[in-house]
Amino acid sequence: MELTTQIGGSVTDGLAYLGALTRLGGRAAYYTFVAPFRGKPLRFESAISQAMQTGVGALPILSLITFFIGLILALQSAYELRKFGALNYVASAVAISMTRELGPLITAIVVIGRSGSAFAAEIGTMKVTEEIDALETMAIDPIHFLVTPKFIAMIVMLPCLTIWANSMGILGGALFGVAQADFTLVRYIQSSLDALFLRDITTGLIKSVMFGITITAVGCHEGLSTGAGAEQVGRSTTRAVVVSIFLVILVDLIFTALFFFVSER
Amino acid sequence: MEQTNRAPTESQAMISLRNLRVSYGEREILHGISFDVMRGETLVILGGSGSGKSTLLRTLVGLERTSSGEIWLKGKNIAAISSQEMDEIRKKIGMSFQGGALFGSMTVGENVALPLREHTKLEDSTIEIILRLKLDQVGLSGFEDYMPSQLSGGMKKRAAVARALAMDPEILFFDEPSAGLDPIIAAGVDQLILELKQAFHMTIIVVTHELASAFLIADRMVLIDKGNVVAIGSTEEMRSSTHPRVRQFLDRIAEPAVSEELDYLQMLTEEHRHPGR
Repeated sequence: MELTTQIGGSVTDGLAYLGALTRLGGRAAYYTFVAPFRGKPLRFESAISQAMQTGVGALPILSLITFFIGLILALQSAYELRKFGALNYVASAVAISMTRELGPLITAIVVIGRSGSAFAAEIGTMKVTEEIDALETMAIDPIHFLVTPKFIAMIVMLPCLTIWANSMGILGGALFGVAQADFTLVRYIQSSLDALFLRDITTGLIKSVMFGITITAVGCHEGLSTGAGAEQVGRSTTRAVVVSIFLVILVDLIFTALFFFVSER
Repeated sequence: MEQTNRAPTESQAMISLRNLRVSYGEREILHGISFDVMRGETLVILGGSGSGKSTLLRTLVGLERTSSGEIWLKGKNIAAISSQEMDEIRKKIGMSFQGGALFGSMTVGENVALPLREHTKLEDSTIEIILRLKLDQVGLSGFEDYMPSQLSGGMKKRAAVARALAMDPEILFFDEPSAGLDPIIAAGVDQLILELKQAFHMTIIVVTHELASAFLIADRMVLIDKGNVVAIGSTEEMRSSTHPRVRQFLDRIAEPAVSEELDYLQMLTEEHRHPGR
């Protein structure tokens, strides 16, 4: 009896949380697509500066990480492939696993660490110092002012970063290909491109857009529900990272399953 | 309850509270508050920690939901209006928060200009002029390009007042204007409130527990205790009041001991103001 109550409680809490995220996303969508036609212009400048921070700012670390991931993938697949004398398949193995899965996922995780946490910390601090209240008393909706530009920045930047991550991963694989598997750089890239179908790339990009929405919604929601006191900001930031990683993996699973069953037909 | 207000007629009242109740979850903070704020007067809401005075202020500017009762402000019951209507009313009120609540990522000038940029279609040059004027009114001329982090506590508060004044509000709210300031700076902020009152005949509502500052700026006072109105009246009426709770507060007599566990909890939770909705 105790257990069922607990499970029921967690399920309703989880659903309520998802509901809050959806409401936040819905209001941001309203301010993006509807409000501009009702005299409330989009805050483009703010969106652009957010995009610079979340997108351009992430490039160095993301490049390094995905280059290594590409190299690791090449090493791991070569370990198995060389038993069959099929080392020339390393290129396609790396290309497909980067574009379909690891490119979007690693990008999302780097962005969670850099930006999802920053969103929660920024909004959480503003909540603690009554800046969010100040916005409301000035008749400025914090969702319009703070959250919507972040959504726009993330939805635009995550696919861009993902494309970059895919390329860096393939380059990482190429390092192994050239050094160990008798490829030239041009031939490695050529066989990577040959192995890829357009849908490998588009499914990855669709996922990355969903990841962007998830990360922004969680980061901003955690920030907005910060309690009083500086220690609460830390708690919100941690929660934003943990919940984002979990939900990104969940969204990944759902969409991967969806693509799997759709492409079967 | 000692009701000694001067029997206001409805037309004079800028804000009327009628049996206002506010709860956080299960716990009721305000247990049926009723009083009027006259046009052009400065009303000071006094009360100790945990009395519910900050909650009352937050409710008046629409940051907390009422559980029952009415708040009449500019002819509308803000306890029961849409958020669009509330936004229209909010453009006519200004609020100065305890810590200033200036946006840390913007300069002082951008902070003050923000409501103008958001709600008016004024030219940049006009906004620039209004901005200078408002900063001049609070004694911060020339500080428009400073970041809030570069200002002292008193200057932050002045900048926050300038921002609250940006839209030429009819009602100005102050949350603990002298909290965290040294006596000299605090006196400066009191002086600023007095100047605003004389210059613009604005309706000003101040929440504080600083008695000296309260008696200096108030036309009338309300004493809130444990979520109820204990007394309301002019400064003279309050000074000569014989109500035991008023005397205790004004004469600064220490509470014998925390009587009930619940009172203590209420005090604690009020200090850690509730996270919100």
